[in-house]
Amino acid sequence: MANAIEANKLDVGYGGRQTAVKVLSGLDLTVAASSFLSILGPSGCGKSTLLRVVADLLDPLGGTINVLGATPHAVRSRRDVGFVFQDSTLLPWRTVRDNVRLPLGVGRRSLTRKIEDRSAELLELMGLSGLGERLPHQLSGGQRQRVAIARALLSEPKLLLMDEPFGALDEITRDRLNDELLSLWRRTGTTILFVTHSIAEAAYLGERVIVLAANPGRVVKDLDMRPFKREGNRCSREDAAIVAAMAELRAALERAS
Amino acid sequence: MRPAPLSPQMTIALPVLGAASILIAWQYLLPLLGVPAYIVPTPTAIFGVFQKNFPLLVDNLRPTLIEALAGFVIGNLAAVLLAVLFVHSRILQAAYFPIVLFFNTIPILALSPIIILIFGLGMTPKIVIAAVICFFPTLVNMIRGLDSASDNEHELFRVLSATRSEIFWSLRLPRALPMLFSSLRIASATAVIGAIVGEWIGSDKGLGAMIIQATFNYQSDRLYAAIVLSSSLSIALFCIVVLIERRVVRY
Repeated sequence: MANAIEANKLDVGYGGRQTAVKVLSGLDLTVAASSFLSILGPSGCGKSTLLRVVADLLDPLGGTINVLGATPHAVRSRRDVGFVFQDSTLLPWRTVRDNVRLPLGVGRRSLTRKIEDRSAELLELMGLSGLGERLPHQLSGGQRQRVAIARALLSEPKLLLMDEPFGALDEITRDRLNDELLSLWRRTGTTILFVTHSIAEAAYLGERVIVLAANPGRVVKDLDMRPFKREGNRCSREDAAIVAAMAELRAALERAS
Repeated sequence: MRPAPLSPQMTIALPVLGAASILIAWQYLLPLLGVPAYIVPTPTAIFGVFQKNFPLLVDNLRPTLIEALAGFVIGNLAAVLLAVLFVHSRILQAAYFPIVLFFNTIPILALSPIIILIFGLGMTPKIVIAAVICFFPTLVNMIRGLDSASDNEHELFRVLSATRSEIFWSLRLPRALPMLFSSLRIASATAVIGAIVGEWIGSDKGLGAMIIQATFNYQSDRLYAAIVLSSSLSIALFCIVVLIERRVVRY
């Protein structure tokens, strides 16, 4: 199967090319299409930066990156990438439905394909039917993140980038959304890059987990989770194998911090 | 411990009772204390002016109303347009914002004679003064409002390949509305002040002119009636702004 992402010797930093503070240095990463990759690392290791390069929000200083067989810019223009932020980033003056429909209203001039209004279907899929006319401030934190995911899915992206999307939620809500995300992933076959601070979340969700170290950001651990799980990336949070994998990840994360 | 909130009836009744108690004290206590009527006329005397000289009051209210309204619209519109220009051109903002800041430090009373020298004695200089006095707070608030969208919100629009005008209409402007309206609420009072200050300096019509004439002629009941009318004008403008705000700002 083709790869969703191929990054070679990727250097990323902020500031000018000469004076830049490097956030990622010489990063090599290949992500298989339709896979679920968890990205774990201490603060400032460049997890979010990596997502921003893939989403064409940030240009690399050096190296090459190939997303879905094209440049990040082409992929963004095709709307093949969806982004979910840690704070839901819903527009507070728009109803839930209009927030989900935002991708229909903006950026049409550079859009290279037609996207359908699937808002009704997505609201139902995310368990939000009946809440379409609410304003964001009338929702709980978990519901707001569901709306943000529905909005990211509107253009049926082949790649979903999630930057600590459940970081601000309580544990019960987070676990529930983890399960919903997994079943969504199984159904759609979207490639997901999922950044998190939580070892348990990374291990539970990912088919593969990479651990990044800071200063400068680089991959220090690349763990295939499939041997620890059942068919279809299924596991229980209490499985002995998962707990063992979490211990291995924790050790890598401690070395990285 | 925090006191329990008042019931809805009490929140309406208490301010009314408070105002009534002050009016009663004013009406009956002040004459007893020997305060002469040419300094503080009683509320009934002021109310009497509204009955006796109603046409005169309306005649003087009209120019002030027009000047304040026109100044409000022009000053705020100019401020909003300049704010839009500034947030889209950091170079223009860096070059000209300090100059705007400098102009704002000139007291309006010092600026007004110059404005009257330029525009003569008609309504125009009063409108200009009212506009100038509204302009600056709205400019500052609007620039802050248009810049108040978060980095994530801007990134969201970038992921969607939004154009500059889409970012403006769908993100920056709705984000700026609450701040715009908070400065419009302030401007609803300052526009009236601007019109009255303009009338003080050179006019024979309007509430400002009426205040000056009544003061010089010791017609203090008229003076107080003019004050009541100008403050009512501000309150009416304020209420209109709040009504529009409630319809437009939904969050």
